[in-house]
Amino acid sequence: MSDIASKVRSIIVDKLGVDENEVTPEASFTNDLGADSLDTVELIMEFEKEFGLSIPDDQAENIQTVGQAITYLEANAK
Amino acid sequence: MRRVVVTGLGALTPLGNSVKDYWDGLMQGRSGAALITRFDASKFRTRFAAEVKGFDPENHMDRKEARKMDPYTQYAMVTAEEAFVDAGLHQFKIDGEKAGVIWGSGIGGLYTVFNEFKAYYLGDGVPKFNPFFVPKMISDIAAGYLSIRYGFHGPNYTTVSACASSNNAIIDAFNYIRWGVADLFITGGSEAAVNEPGVAGFNAMKALSERNDDPATASRPFDLDRDGFVLGEGGAALVIESLDHALARGARIYAEIGGVGLSADAYHITAPHPEGLGATIVMRNALRDARLLPSEIDYINVHGTSTPLGDLSEIKAIRNVFGEDAYRLNVSSTKSMSGHLLGAAGAAEAVASILAIVHGIVPPTINHFTDDPALDSRINLTFNTPQSRTIRAALSNTFGFGGHNTSVVFKAYQA
Repeated sequence: MSDIASKVRSIIVDKLGVDENEVTPEASFTNDLGADSLDTVELIMEFEKEFGLSIPDDQAENIQTVGQAITYLEANAK
Repeated sequence: MRRVVVTGLGALTPLGNSVKDYWDGLMQGRSGAALITRFDASKFRTRFAAEVKGFDPENHMDRKEARKMDPYTQYAMVTAEEAFVDAGLHQFKIDGEKAGVIWGSGIGGLYTVFNEFKAYYLGDGVPKFNPFFVPKMISDIAAGYLSIRYGFHGPNYTTVSACASSNNAIIDAFNYIRWGVADLFITGGSEAAVNEPGVAGFNAMKALSERNDDPATASRPFDLDRDGFVLGEGGAALVIESLDHALARGARIYAEIGGVGLSADAYHITAPHPEGLGATIVMRNALRDARLLPSEIDYINVHGTSTPLGDLSEIKAIRNVFGEDAYRLNVSSTKSMSGHLLGAAGAAEAVASILAIVHGIVPPTINHFTDDPALDSRINLTFNTPQSRTIRAALSNTFGFGGHNTSVVFKAYQA
């Protein structure tokens, strides 16, 4: 697992209060990990802070699963 | 109108984190005040407060939930749960449409406001406010969370009247039950303002005691050398319901709410009326509503914050309302022990007044050293040690900045 992937997973575990083993690449924040709309906004903000980037709203809307977050951040993180 | 009784109690206070520990503290005449641990107060004019001690929200809720709540909401959740279980409601199927929550908080999420503003001003100007900033900060959210937790679909909101807030909550809940709008309420209040803006803000008003060399004796209502209130925090909750509802489910009844009073000083935003005008009106209103004579009240849990002017005007008001009967009853300020819980004070003092009736013991006004010649010395202020007496009815006063005055009459329950 990349460094980015492990950071993403630990942020999700922390913010959503879920078990590490639930945080699979296919897991959807809202359908599988119990996030509501505010949790999702907070997750995106936390990714922005941790990886020093700004995620435009139209792209944030496409980050709905753990795998999508990791893929996006691996491509865009500085 | 329907009769209304109290069937559940909860408390999280500087004297202890349950009703039992709170009451034990009151009976032992302990002070909950000590040097501030929450932040570095070394440059503050007042460096002590009455903090809640040993409280870990994660002992009561999961971390994800706790993180989304300001401490004032965490206090609400914990005290409400104690009252809910105490009332036996966890073993009873409630009609959610006839159950409500009315909560009181004078300020709301002050920690949240402070931390988010600080992050913004220390940042680069790009706003990074947390999506939970607004729902953590707003002072109504505790009532919302409680309705979700318990599935209560009845009336739901928060009352804001500074230090009278949770008495206003109890009063509104009482009214909705006696008018038949709802059968049962979780009511009470919580406050969490022992932080930099809370302490410095009240300091700037010269409202706080500055007795830094002896925090435990700083809250000394009615003592000649009183020099301001001691900032406290915490919460307290009551389950109240119609008498019929309580009897039908076989609930244990602590006391009955006899009546309530409301008034305004219409005088000054923070100073009390020097002759206690608003306090006189509110106690008269409460007695009239309860259909009780002054001679039928045995105990007054006063607002009594330990400020030079406030204590004096409240005593004048008691003399105005009770006349010669003022010398027959017991008066005490439990703030001498708990500190001033601001918006939670009314609920915390309701719990003290109710348990005083149940146990037949008046909690003391501790820290009395020197009589104040300006106060009528014939009034029994229950100095330093509890006093046993049968309490038929007790009056609980709380007054708030803005000139808001509230009084609630609790009566020994008689079928």
